[in-house]
Amino acid sequence: MKQTESIHPTGGGRFAVMLLSMLILLVFGLADVARAGTGMDSAQERIAPIGEVRLQGQPPVEVHVETAAIQEQEAEPRAAPRLSSADYPNIGVSSRAVVWVLAQMHLFFGALVLAVPLFVLLIELVGVYTRDDRYDDMAHEFMKISLTGFSITAIFGGSLALALFLLYPDLMAYLMHVFGSQWLVYAGLFFFESFFLYVYYYGWNALRYGNLKWVHLTLGLLLNASGLTIMVMANSWATFMMAPSGVDEAGVVVGNIWEVMKGPLWNPINLHRFIANIAFGGAVVGAYAAFKFLSAKDPVKRAHYDWMGYTSNFIAILSFLPLPFAGYWLMAEIYAYSQQMGITAMGGILAWLFIVQAVLIGTILLAGNFYLWSGMSRTDGSERYKGLIKIIAFVLVVCFLIWVTPHTLILSASEISLLGGSHHHILGPLGIMPAKNIAVNLMLIATFLSFQIYRRSDKVATVSWAPMGNALMIAVYLGAVVNIIFLGVYYGYFTNTVYKVGSSVAQVMTTLVVIVFGLVIDSLMFKKAKVLPSHWGRIPDRAQYALFALPIAFTWLMALMGYVRSSVKTHWHVYTVMKDNSPDNFIPAIGYAGNMITLVTVLFLLCVLFMFWVASLSGSKQPKPVVAAAGGEA
Amino acid sequence: MSVLFKTLAFSLGLTLLFTLVTYLLPQVKGEAPVEKEVDLGSLTMESFIALGEEIFHNKGTCTLCHQPAPLGRAPDIAGEDMVALANKHLADERYQGDAKNAEEYIRESLLHPGKYVVAGWGKKGSNDTESPMPMVDKPPIQLTPIEVDAVIAWLQAKDGGEVTVALPAAEAAAEVASAVAGDEGRKAPAPAATAEEALTKYACASCHAMDSRDTLVGPSLLDVGLRLSKAQLRQSIVDPNAVVAEGFPPAMPSDFASKMTVSELEMIVNYLAEKKG
Repeated sequence: MKQTESIHPTGGGRFAVMLLSMLILLVFGLADVARAGTGMDSAQERIAPIGEVRLQGQPPVEVHVETAAIQEQEAEPRAAPRLSSADYPNIGVSSRAVVWVLAQMHLFFGALVLAVPLFVLLIELVGVYTRDDRYDDMAHEFMKISLTGFSITAIFGGSLALALFLLYPDLMAYLMHVFGSQWLVYAGLFFFESFFLYVYYYGWNALRYGNLKWVHLTLGLLLNASGLTIMVMANSWATFMMAPSGVDEAGVVVGNIWEVMKGPLWNPINLHRFIANIAFGGAVVGAYAAFKFLSAKDPVKRAHYDWMGYTSNFIAILSFLPLPFAGYWLMAEIYAYSQQMGITAMGGILAWLFIVQAVLIGTILLAGNFYLWSGMSRTDGSERYKGLIKIIAFVLVVCFLIWVTPHTLILSASEISLLGGSHHHILGPLGIMPAKNIAVNLMLIATFLSFQIYRRSDKVATVSWAPMGNALMIAVYLGAVVNIIFLGVYYGYFTNTVYKVGSSVAQVMTTLVVIVFGLVIDSLMFKKAKVLPSHWGRIPDRAQYALFALPIAFTWLMALMGYVRSSVKTHWHVYTVMKDNSPDNFIPAIGYAGNMITLVTVLFLLCVLFMFWVASLSGSKQPKPVVAAAGGEA
Repeated sequence: MSVLFKTLAFSLGLTLLFTLVTYLLPQVKGEAPVEKEVDLGSLTMESFIALGEEIFHNKGTCTLCHQPAPLGRAPDIAGEDMVALANKHLADERYQGDAKNAEEYIRESLLHPGKYVVAGWGKKGSNDTESPMPMVDKPPIQLTPIEVDAVIAWLQAKDGGEVTVALPAAEAAAEVASAVAGDEGRKAPAPAATAEEALTKYACASCHAMDSRDTLVGPSLLDVGLRLSKAQLRQSIVDPNAVVAEGFPPAMPSDFASKMTVSELEMIVNYLAEKKG
């Protein structure tokens, strides 16, 4: 029956094909409009309208226009404006706080709605290859719960734009001038994204099997392509403000739009946000699954939401693992662009934030690992690996404590004399980056080990070389741990800073080798493995709280790092080109930033609850009221 | 409802825990640099040196990189005798800069740090040919000439060296004030409307006497119209090193081609072509 449907397109399928055809026509039409606008058609093809009418033989009427001033204005290159505090509108509350909240909310939802279609497309593809409808249903459900998020993103985006034009008119005028028609392209892409989104979501069941499924997957791909293009365009504004390119010292545009966009930090930010969005999106939909799991009484539903929660956690943690490496690249590029900016972030006033970052990432890794360990109760085969959990937990806790150890302590005079200096003789060396690099890499390796034993817990390898494979895997882990500690200790404490930074790259590569090697060896070793039964739904309720901890920590982390990213510009709107002379041109204290971050996190939590509630409405149906029979009791 | 309550309470509790962590850390604001007025009448060398030290630690943001090992990303100039170090670097065969003494060396390393990179402190991969240090008179640091002098004075004085920079004079302060005002109203330089404006804009008269036969850095331009054709004049501006007047150093800036507008160039050429004594 399904095959028949695939051969004979359904009504919905034909409609989708028609829509696609219309879209192609639209694209060609727009190209035509653009061509006409640039005067590419020959004059003969146009119809000349009637202009000035005059009597034959009479000279044309001379019209004098004061063009000198206009020409002079056009000839003068436009530099970045130099503002005084009086140039900023005062609305009685901090302009920065208003923009901060709106921008962060827009970014939260923007990240969510860019990420969900990405992994939804992958899950859908997995469903096609495994021919397992559960994947397809889950992907559809993920789309359903994020659908309202698109509108919320647009609402906050529109509000943010209005706030920026109202509160920072000169900055926005300058940015509009620099980016020019790119803004129109950006706005135009929303039409494409909306089109693909609605056809992709509402066409899900109409384009479910056979060749039509590939049409549906293509729609998903186009949805992601338009979404990602929107993201990288918006990223270019942020990176231009951090590290301007395509302008001279005065801010005059000297390059084309491509040169303005491709600043030194653009691609590092693009990659970092791309990966972080997926981790964030996975964590948010994981919370939805956890909530549904805890609310459900039906074992079938609990099993479904348990599986959904597991998949979400898998997406969140797996995409989180390479994130520090993208972060390294970003910081390396920041240092290469401006050492001063890099040190402001990592060693200056903002350095304390990285203690909070350590707490947040520690929370994420501990929650993710705890969820995996709890999930091992789903299979009986997990008993084999329970002993390792204690070692992993020990490594995670020790590394976490090293990571949160500050280098400098705020001490009174008596405490300093008691300590014999401002740095503790044992804790001091743990406060600097080499120790933290060791800790982070070991935490990532330990987390990957949790993943690996979880994935192995419901399987028994049948290949003859399994013992050798295990021995090799253990050797890789031990070698990697020794290498990471050696690189950190030797280059971090016994050579100068240049080598110290360089050694962190080798540490990262070591961690990546473990991950890649682990994935390869497991895929080969467990190819025809004996599969032990898994009991979805057999997981303690407390494990679900790990799935709530993840999005809360991710949300907080995103807002915190946004604050760092924006603050490294110090008192500049556009670094070195346009000074920020507003009353808010200082870097606020960490406590104030914490309040702002908590505010946006709680707001986001409320909006996400609303989004989930709206999604659950579509599955509810009011029972038909029982109408009293006519002539009944009076 | 109890699930909703429990999960909300857990989420809010965790959020507040993270907020609490931020309050356990030092609450420091990063203020934007503020203008400092210096009373020249009461300015002594001691207070000028103190001003230099303050700039070194604050506005100059020097200590972000110049710290003792192992934290430093640049030489620990606060911890070393800068005058002795400057003399040592001047004697280095790798030194290709223009400085002749310690003051000039320090000034050059502040304003043109790429002229000489101390071994081991260059940009990664540049083999010590590129300096990671920003020019301190350019954004984002933007020290004024008086501030640069103050930093030099402190670097000379801190280890008991002789301070060779002079205290700022009233005229210098006025120049700085006008430079700062110019910077505040900074715009892209507008194209000059007349030849005289263009000559002023590119400061030609600072090296060439216009209305006398005096020899400054470059030859007098009083009768340049008799000596050079329009094409030669154009070439001497756009590509000054193509032909250098005999007996004069090749000191004319070679970047006019990228700075001047076409109309400015033509106005200057036509103006000079008319200068026939």
